[in-house]
Amino acid sequence: MSDIKEKISKVCPSATFEEGENLLVNVPEKEWYGFAKKLKDDKELDFDVLSAVVGMDWKDSIGVIYYLTSTSHNWDMIAVKVVCENRDNAYIHSVSDLWKVANFQEREVYDFFGIKFINHPDMRRFFLRNDWVGHPLRKDYDADPKLNPIRLDDEINEDDTCSYVEENGEIVRKPGKVFGEDDYVVNIGPQHPSTHGVMRFRTSVDGEEVKKVDVVSGYIHRGIEKLCEDLTYPQILHFTDRMDYMSAHQNRHCLCMCIEKALGLEVPRRAQVIRVMMDELMRISSHLLSFGCTAMDLGATTAFFYGFRERELVLDIFEKTCGARMSMNYNVIGGVIADLHPDFVKDVKHLIEIMPSRLKEYHDVFSNNLIAKNRLVGVGILPKKDAINYDITGPSGRGSNWSCDCRKKHPYSIYPELKFEEVLMDGCDSYSRYMVRMKEIEQSIKILDQLVDNIPEGEIRCQVPKIIKLPAGRWYQQVEASRGTFGVYIESDGNKNPFRVHFQSPCFNLVGVMDLCCTGNMIADLITIGAALDFVIPDIDR
Amino acid sequence: MTREDFKDNEYIDKLVEELNATGANVMVGKMDDLINWGRANSLWPLCFGTSCCAIEFMSLGAARYDMARFGFEVARNSPRQADYIMVQGTIVHRMAPVMRRLYEQVAEPKYVIACGGCAVSGGPFKKSYCVVNGVDEILPVDVYIPGCPPRPEAMFYGLMQLQRKIKVERFFGGANRKEKIEEFFKQHPEEKGHIG
Repeated sequence: MSDIKEKISKVCPSATFEEGENLLVNVPEKEWYGFAKKLKDDKELDFDVLSAVVGMDWKDSIGVIYYLTSTSHNWDMIAVKVVCENRDNAYIHSVSDLWKVANFQEREVYDFFGIKFINHPDMRRFFLRNDWVGHPLRKDYDADPKLNPIRLDDEINEDDTCSYVEENGEIVRKPGKVFGEDDYVVNIGPQHPSTHGVMRFRTSVDGEEVKKVDVVSGYIHRGIEKLCEDLTYPQILHFTDRMDYMSAHQNRHCLCMCIEKALGLEVPRRAQVIRVMMDELMRISSHLLSFGCTAMDLGATTAFFYGFRERELVLDIFEKTCGARMSMNYNVIGGVIADLHPDFVKDVKHLIEIMPSRLKEYHDVFSNNLIAKNRLVGVGILPKKDAINYDITGPSGRGSNWSCDCRKKHPYSIYPELKFEEVLMDGCDSYSRYMVRMKEIEQSIKILDQLVDNIPEGEIRCQVPKIIKLPAGRWYQQVEASRGTFGVYIESDGNKNPFRVHFQSPCFNLVGVMDLCCTGNMIADLITIGAALDFVIPDIDR
Repeated sequence: MTREDFKDNEYIDKLVEELNATGANVMVGKMDDLINWGRANSLWPLCFGTSCCAIEFMSLGAARYDMARFGFEVARNSPRQADYIMVQGTIVHRMAPVMRRLYEQVAEPKYVIACGGCAVSGGPFKKSYCVVNGVDEILPVDVYIPGCPPRPEAMFYGLMQLQRKIKVERFFGGANRKEKIEEFFKQHPEEKGHIG
């Protein structure tokens, strides 16, 4: 770490450092853009992944914390803190031209905090209506329902956007339009079954060819991050189950680990094994659903039934141990909430036994089907360098041959002891993403097979203080969820409720490449590209 | 003919008896029953899942729970072909106008089921700045199914409650639910641009 400090001091002498879990670099706003460029381009630093963008309101000041990762330097992570000069008229230079993933992230920060990003091409709100009053995550937000009643009229001027540019030392607002006057715009969603939720794409087409996709999000934005600030730590756990409900265990595992890390708790071995087994079962169930939905989006209803048949087996295992088929609420701070059901080992062994033959069945019925191949192979190309630039993790990133498995890169829990392969495919298309998922089921089965006979006896959770108060500080924890790297950021001021919680969801980045992947393809392929990227909308909107 | 004469159905019973004696298959019933029987057993849902509940609804469609047994399986993607909206998931401020428009696009008779905690009352997100606290703030709801998410069996129970509700409806005369719906929209007007 110390040599990173030296290198950073060399390129940016005015930077100051704060030690912590990750090195935090304080950079003045004026130097931020130049510094960011060096961070990315300097071969010795080479921070090519922007992992998270966290808007912050420290009451007296307002700013952004960027988490950066360097894939070439052992996946080292640093945090960069940029504070706005003026709280009420906050500006920060945009880095969306360096890391494309920042495009939507910065729009989110603008929506929540009102920080305007200079030179951002499209400074619109991301989640809330364009006539929303105020920025809800600011600490001085006025939550009076009279200001923001339930509006039943449509949003007007949807096509209006703007950007802020510097001219002669002044910051000028430049209005613009999302689509040109000659563009033929087709609206897809928000109520459309194959957007996998309530996502809306405004798509301009030339004949049948997609020219541009404008993602309109926020149709299921529930304000979880703001809700967390008023609740205690054990009370916020259940939100993670309801964000990406297909990664409920992994997400909750992540949040629990983040809190445990801050408290310095040692989770008993039995709980760790149970958690990992549940994570892998969740991954299987998620990939099976993804298989079924991809098939159904192509019109193959039979394959959907096949996928759901095995998924029910996994859900039965969850139901017996956790008491629910979905939204299991199983992980708690310090361990898990209940011990395993007596049938658990038997049921998991049954699943391990039948899955290989069932996977073969899937490949026979769908993967090798001519229509499926025609619709998926060579469609929705996402080159590796774009996958990195857009921070597309999970099976979608690995379908572009980017080795990004958080279980290998930032190992957590008992994953370092386990033998499994990171599945990589180099097709960079929808079919590769789909096949990575199918092969990951095999790997998850392999992990379960190693653990099912080796669940140690012992406690299922450790002693936890009655009132959980995190020491003042900030923590960032990542796990490999079903759809990619899921991150939790917690900043505490020493109270029993968090000062700020941010969830960095993998699907948020996935939807960011829809424009890139769909442009030039047929409009019918937009659906299959979306299915192969496999985003879950409540995870994007939070 | 006076109104009382309509109530004298003895001759119809006789007629049926005579016809049955000669082997003709005839039965007599109310037109209402026939219509309701047909409607209650071919309820087509509008696919309107916003979050977790939608996945459980998909399980309902798959082989294990198989909602085709009850005539619910023809999930429609266009509101114009649907009979009822099963609201599965949270409704947020941005969604509210879309939700209302979808409801208006469904052909009469139409029904609304609030499925899951969020649709019933806002659920775990009740205190959020942009969550509608229950879909009944913007739409008249017929059946509530609590749960987070409700089990498939619970969803079946809710759907069968809707069937029961339909089976006692009166198509010809009587107090009509249409009037109740009109009353609802009078109390929740749209002209002002917002509710309440």
